[in-house]
Amino acid sequence: MSDIAESDDRISAEGSRDLKRSLNRALRAQKMRALMLIAPLLIFILVTFIAPIVDMLFRSVENEIVSDTLPRTVLALDDWEYTSGETPSEAVFAALYYDLFVAAELKEHTRLGSRLNYETTGISSLFRKSGRRVDRFDTDIYADQFTALDPAWGEPATWTMMSEALDDDPDALPETASALEGWHHLLKVERDDPATEAPADILFTALYRDLSAGAPGLNDGDLAAMTATARQAVDGFETVSIRDQFVDVDDSWLDPEIWGTIKAYAPKYTIGYFLKSVDYQLTPEGIEKQPEDQQIYIRLFVRTLVMSLTIMVSCIVLGYPVAFLLANLPMRYSNVLMILVLLPFWTSLLVRTSAWKVLLQNQGVINDILVWLHIVSESGRLALINNQTGTIIAMTHILLPFMILPLYSVMQTIPPTYMRAAKSLGATDWTAFWRVYFPQSVPGIGAGSILVFILAIGYYITPELVGGTSGIFISNRIAYHISSSLNWGLAAALGSILLVAVLMLYWAYDRIVGIDNVKLG
Amino acid sequence: MQKSDDAFVVFDRVQKSYDGENLVVKDLNLSIGKGEFVTMLGPSGSGKTTCLMMLAGFESATNGEILLDGTNINNVPPHKRGIGMVFQNYALFPHMTVGENLSFPLEVRKMGKSERETKVKHALDMVQMGAFANRRPAQMSGGQQQRIALARALVFDPELVLMDEPLGALDKQLREHMQFEIKALHERLGITVVYVTHDQGEALTMSDRVAVFNDGRIQQLAPPDDLYERPQNSFVAQFIGENNKIPGKVESLDEARGICQIRLGSGELIEATAVNIRKVGQDTLVSIRPERVEFDPERMAPDWYLIDAEVIDVVYMGDIYRTVLRVAGTDDFVMKTRNTLGAEKLPRGQKIKIGWHPEDARALNPI
Ligand SMILES: Nc1ncnc2c1ncn2[C@@H]1O[C@H](COP(=O)(O)OP(=O)(O)O)[C@@H](O)[C@H]1O
Ligand SMILES: [Mg+2]
Repeated sequence: MSDIAESDDRISAEGSRDLKRSLNRALRAQKMRALMLIAPLLIFILVTFIAPIVDMLFRSVENEIVSDTLPRTVLALDDWEYTSGETPSEAVFAALYYDLFVAAELKEHTRLGSRLNYETTGISSLFRKSGRRVDRFDTDIYADQFTALDPAWGEPATWTMMSEALDDDPDALPETASALEGWHHLLKVERDDPATEAPADILFTALYRDLSAGAPGLNDGDLAAMTATARQAVDGFETVSIRDQFVDVDDSWLDPEIWGTIKAYAPKYTIGYFLKSVDYQLTPEGIEKQPEDQQIYIRLFVRTLVMSLTIMVSCIVLGYPVAFLLANLPMRYSNVLMILVLLPFWTSLLVRTSAWKVLLQNQGVINDILVWLHIVSESGRLALINNQTGTIIAMTHILLPFMILPLYSVMQTIPPTYMRAAKSLGATDWTAFWRVYFPQSVPGIGAGSILVFILAIGYYITPELVGGTSGIFISNRIAYHISSSLNWGLAAALGSILLVAVLMLYWAYDRIVGIDNVKLG
Repeated sequence: MQKSDDAFVVFDRVQKSYDGENLVVKDLNLSIGKGEFVTMLGPSGSGKTTCLMMLAGFESATNGEILLDGTNINNVPPHKRGIGMVFQNYALFPHMTVGENLSFPLEVRKMGKSERETKVKHALDMVQMGAFANRRPAQMSGGQQQRIALARALVFDPELVLMDEPLGALDKQLREHMQFEIKALHERLGITVVYVTHDQGEALTMSDRVAVFNDGRIQQLAPPDDLYERPQNSFVAQFIGENNKIPGKVESLDEARGICQIRLGSGELIEATAVNIRKVGQDTLVSIRPERVEFDPERMAPDWYLIDAEVIDVVYMGDIYRTVLRVAGTDDFVMKTRNTLGAEKLPRGQKIKIGWHPEDARALNPI
């Protein structure tokens, strides 16, 4: 007998590699089939759930709009320090001029204005105003003077050649190269033909600034000669200060605060949204606490957590006895009770919430009854709605089934003989319940609590309708930023924090209670 | 175990109805002596569990009285009755260790810690499970859980222990072993046991007395041997052991000797002990145990009753031959003969004469 066993072992040891390979092949086919079965769901979840979450996480730090819209200004501001307390140099204003000219033509400046307005109020209108005026700056005198010098400067072809020449050697006329790049970008987006489009004022301004600053210039071809001639002439040109042009539009441009904001938000990624979510802000001076009257988010987060916990606890208190009845009543009664528990699911959430409004308002049914019973006086009607009480009452009602159902399914698996056994061993009804029944129903409480808490923490319709100002949740702020203020970055940061908070609570729950102790049936 | 005359548990005209329409237990009268081992035996649905639950206090009697040690306990809640109970599926608390399970009844009795520990240890040793105090019920086999359930029902020294099909979930071998152990514990501790089962073998081997239940009534209450050899009605005769039944009509009745003559359907006239025969002319069912039937003329006395039979089938079962015969028009008459030296299988179709002692033929009520 043992001989046979040994020889069997040897064979399988020798062939084990083959065996493993064929087993793997068989399993792979099985896994592929399984994967194909879940593929539709997987794709659905990826597209509708994972992708939006990743996008949200990304949006909460993404900030490319500043450097995309004002690339030259951002570069030029490298040399400027907010702490110097001075307005930036003419070169920075020139860079802003080129950027804003392109952005205004493309109508991108208003979006940037709104973005920066989240950080410093007033920037939005400043950008809008400046964008309207930027193509009517007095810089047209440069165009006039250059074309007076040589009419060829007014030809689009000249600038096409210039652009080709500068492509090889941008340092020859750096600002001109940069302005040309913006100009061509604009033409490309607008689908205009560079060969026919009259050159814009920014090109002449840039060329003037290059030549007067002593840029090396081109050294061969017709353009070299033209620029050389122009270089001789620019010293005699009539000039205009770009900075004055901007100040003329709005003297806020003299305010270092504006420039500090642009510089602080120049990087492609920012922690600004997250700072704001926790009542801090990224100012030109660095990270600062928000002024007292604008610290709302931490308070909202704490309120959301505390109220969600309150709702969860009241769901446990109200739901446990119902689930107990459901699990222990004879079938024909428990069926009716189950229908009553599920009834709310058949009515729209909005209708139920509105019903609470009718019941709870100052002149509502509940107050009327209390007054009628002389429990409260006519003048002492209770404020049950448009505050935290209203939110807690309405949400407890709405989320109660989510507590009852898991509790019920766990309780159903607890055989009644346990209670009987406990009583036969001498335990009173209460001891039997508390020492024997309750511990076995804890997994149901765990499952229900997680469900209710997580649903509550993200709820927004009900608090919006019955919460007033003191009873709203963080999700209401998120909704506000998504649909009204359009500050999606901040909404994303708030959402990310909420997500992390939930994951942390989940982790803590796992550590304390153990997720294995959660049972849905 | 000797029975004491003063009854410890008494069911006095107890009735029970769950729905107010049907009586599940009809007129139950039963008195159990102190230290007795009484088994309630009966088919499923006959009301055994209901009786046990009324005794334990989980169901209330609709009518009648239940007395424990002379006092009416109809209105005493279960936890004050002090009755130990073993449930069919053991009902060990899954969230407690074995030790905690056992110390639970002691804790609710407010017993001190050290006393509790000694008692738990003692109870575990009693069922040879001393090493398992820290296990959870789920980590043990069915047989082990059963022992723990037994220890838990005994740990608080109850005088009365109820067991509802405690061995139902065990395999045959383990069941027989546990039967023996439970019986031994009963004798050692001197406790009173009310045991419920639907397994007649279990009932016969363990009990001092067996109450056969059917249809909410006790059909017969008797020691095991009485029950087997002197069944009082056809239900008991049929329920306990294998039994041949031949229908017939009472032709004459000799009440003094307790003998009657019965005309079988096939026309033959046989003699039988009258058990519940009231008048001549009534229908009856004659019951004869297969092992009391003989075909070897040498082993039969002259006063035995003989009847023609034809062999239909013979099954070799090791220790016995089980021969199926056609007798008096029925062809499911069974005869069991011992496989003694030289015994042979009867050939199929052979015509023989079989016989039995008139006392072994019992004329019972028809069904
Ligand atoms: N809780 C109950 N409610 C209603 N009917 C019951 C209940 N328990 C048992 N019965 C009925 O009472 C009868 C006897 O049941 P039971 O005492 O459990 O029988 P046994 O234990 O002998 O199998 C059965 O017909 C059963 O359907
Ligand atoms: Mg039963």
